[in-house]
Amino acid sequence: MEKLIEVKDLRIEFASGKKIVKAVNGVSFSLEKGKTIGLVGETGAGKTTTALGIMNLVPAPAGRIRGGEVLFKGEDLLTKTQQEMRQTRGNRISMIFQDPMTSLNPVFTVGDQIAEGLHLHTKLSALEATVKAQDMMERVGIPAARYNEYPHQFSGGMKQRVIIAIALACSPELLIADEPTTALDVTIQAQVLDMMRNIRNKLNTSMIMITHDLGVVKEICDQVAVMYAGQIIESGSLKQIYKNPQHPYTEGLFKSLPKINENTERLIPIKGIMPDPTNLPEGCSFASRCPIADKSCVNIRQLSKEIEKGHFIRCMKRS
Amino acid sequence: MLKYILKRLVMMIPVLIGVSFVVFTMMYFTPGDPARIILGESAKEHEVEAFRDELGLNDPFLLQYGNYLKNLTLKGDLGTSYSTGKPVTEEIVNRFPTTMLLAAMSILLAALIGIPVGIIAATKQYSVFDNVGTILSLVGVSMPNFWQGLVLIIIFSVMLGWLPASGFYGPLYWILPAITVGTSSAATIMRMTRSSMLEVIRQDYIRTARAKGQSEKKVIMKHALSNALIPVITVVGLSLGILLGGAVLTESVFSIPGLGKLMIDSIKQKNYPMVQGGVLFIAIIFCFINLAVDLLYAFVDPRIKSQYKSMRKTGKRAVKM
Repeated sequence: MEKLIEVKDLRIEFASGKKIVKAVNGVSFSLEKGKTIGLVGETGAGKTTTALGIMNLVPAPAGRIRGGEVLFKGEDLLTKTQQEMRQTRGNRISMIFQDPMTSLNPVFTVGDQIAEGLHLHTKLSALEATVKAQDMMERVGIPAARYNEYPHQFSGGMKQRVIIAIALACSPELLIADEPTTALDVTIQAQVLDMMRNIRNKLNTSMIMITHDLGVVKEICDQVAVMYAGQIIESGSLKQIYKNPQHPYTEGLFKSLPKINENTERLIPIKGIMPDPTNLPEGCSFASRCPIADKSCVNIRQLSKEIEKGHFIRCMKRS
Repeated sequence: MLKYILKRLVMMIPVLIGVSFVVFTMMYFTPGDPARIILGESAKEHEVEAFRDELGLNDPFLLQYGNYLKNLTLKGDLGTSYSTGKPVTEEIVNRFPTTMLLAAMSILLAALIGIPVGIIAATKQYSVFDNVGTILSLVGVSMPNFWQGLVLIIIFSVMLGWLPASGFYGPLYWILPAITVGTSSAATIMRMTRSSMLEVIRQDYIRTARAKGQSEKKVIMKHALSNALIPVITVVGLSLGILLGGAVLTESVFSIPGLGKLMIDSIKQKNYPMVQGGVLFIAIIFCFINLAVDLLYAFVDPRIKSQYKSMRKTGKRAVKM
């Protein structure tokens, strides 16, 4: 299968005063056309920064991409100018942002905000763009009659649908969804997720799903990559990760979830907190919280190793 | 919307009555006798007394105020100026166009400089342009008007001889006063635009616009500016309201026959009806500018528009401006 996007050794840093925050430290993954990868990890693991890196939208001047490649159909997006990137953004690669309440411009109608991308990337006339935008609204479950309403007239779930319509307006080949359901009520979460899955299947869009919700991943993803302190510490197919998690951090994540078919008295949390990203350890960044780590883990750089076909982990104890 | 406007107009009435009462009281209790000032030092005491009676100045305070209010509300009569004998309304109407012209030009100049400089300073935060702009705006705000007017006269009228130093007869005469009055407004508008833009360009919806592939110019001018303008409109409106009350010091420096100069002269002469009428007029102008600004919000921000509309449905006052 053809690889749609291949991220190789992506490194992103932020300058924070005199300190340097290493947000993304050598992330590599690839995605085939029509597939969905789940990028999982706790807050601060570098998921969103990775996504912004792919879009080449890392907020300057504080943030900088320090190295790596983002190959989209063989072309390195990181070597493109901002001008060239604008042809890709919103057109071939789109992004859905986490907080629907703040991601829409309050002074423009939702219809105009959906049609804006069409004006930028297609040669449609104003009328055709309006019709297409209304069609997009119907597809995400908003009546087209609400075209001329403003974001403040929509509920959170409806706003997120608008944002999804904006992202999908130009039928992108890759959709990056950054915690699209986190800010929504649980009932609305299921609806939105269902809708996203349907549209993805219809349009054959590839997707990078960023979330910290393992339930969402199970619903919608084919592949999973678990991130910790700016690195992917375990990746593989959905089945490999869910049935056979190998990295102690991934194991910890699953142990901290309640299971419906087991009578669990107490959940087992992962002890401690993520290391300070301005001062990451030389060796394994999870060593200080890891139940199986020893002295050698702290000092030796952990390399990604394939333990079964397509299943990679960064842990010298388990590989 | 119409109901909202009507409501606001009705609410102006108590405000204006309050203003008239405060001014009337202040003038009543200030020392000095207008009859004596008008008749001059050589007039006899009984002549002055008779004149005081004629002007109604010997009536009790409340009766005087009652008469004033009666004439005002029933006849729309602000009284006659002690010094010229002409109706106060006429005097104000004669002077106001000059003040209005000066105010309009100053605010136009201020907005044309302040808004673009503010936008550029915000998009290039901490750059040389931003730092220089911020320092200049600080200078602009803190420089006293009359001093700036004098300096401009020395440079452009005395030394270079390019522009006239006093009077208000044609476009050439307008330039120096407009710059003098506009400078501090330009500085305030620039600072407000800059801080408002800085806040807006960090919002998530600006990132959304960039993620759509929108050009940086459009992101700033369309997505950011339309949101950042709301506080700027407030500042422009308030500045305009203040300027329409007459730029007292600048009008004195450039000998411009505007409302500000009229007020200062009238206060010196104990010209009670003129001062009272003038202050009331300025208050009315200020109220209307305020209303205009509030209505302008509705056109810039749809959220405010729907608040105005929803008040009509519920009949409650949902926004307090």
